[in-house]
Amino acid sequence: MSMRSPLGRARGLGVTKEGGARHWWRERMSSMALAPLALWFVFSMVSIVGADHAAYALWLGDPGNTLLMSLFVAAVFVHAGQGLTVVTEDYIHNEPVKIAMLIGIKAFVYLFGGASLLAIFKVAFGG
Amino acid sequence: MMRKVLPSMKADKSTSPPLTRQRPLSPHLQVYRPQITSMLSIMQRLTGVPLAGGAVLLAYWLSSAAYGPDAFARAQALFGSWVGQVVLFGLTFALFYHLCNGIRHLLWDIGFGFDMPTLRASGIIMVTTALTLTAAVWISVL
Repeated sequence: MSMRSPLGRARGLGVTKEGGARHWWRERMSSMALAPLALWFVFSMVSIVGADHAAYALWLGDPGNTLLMSLFVAAVFVHAGQGLTVVTEDYIHNEPVKIAMLIGIKAFVYLFGGASLLAIFKVAFGG
Repeated sequence: MMRKVLPSMKADKSTSPPLTRQRPLSPHLQVYRPQITSMLSIMQRLTGVPLAGGAVLLAYWLSSAAYGPDAFARAQALFGSWVGQVVLFGLTFALFYHLCNGIRHLLWDIGFGFDMPTLRASGIIMVTTALTLTAAVWISVL
């Protein structure tokens, strides 16, 4: 039994209960980062299409390309995680399934995002 | 001064607690007639989810290079095969659609272009731009 009024309990919770506005804002931040990075990525992929390992390593070894590829990958996985989270919260109404999927999305972000970043650094730093 | 108790507040005690009460859930897509505005909006998600799959392919491609020339050559051959090319073509369009419509969303977020004529016009411009960019990329590659 709560001593708080119904209005007091509802105030500030919104439909997402916690952090909805923050999540919304972060999704906008990552999308603003991705707009130029994605254009750079597509342009780069066109410029190195069909490259062998040596040519690719030479291209990725350029400090500018190393930086932009790292930032692109980081922004991609952060944004993908945010998007998949919102879609899951909207369409999956079975609570245990939803929670399992939200944990799976976190694992997806850190596993594949982490693997991508490590792979970039290994090739760029001549591993 | 005594305040009259609202019927809804009185009824609150007899009904189930707030957490288990059936609240409206979003989104009710199937009750609306399809329109260009809603279809283009749904497409933002229908392109976003496959793009997350594309992110896995990106992770595979980047990782293959870390495993050495042989693994990288296999990845390049895979993406160069006709199945790989079809997937990459689809992802190219999905990326440009998501990017162009995403910019449209950001403009709405700062309060621009909400009236119906602008919505329709920006939707048509957005799809045309996405198709043009996709074509430009694949013409320059093939």
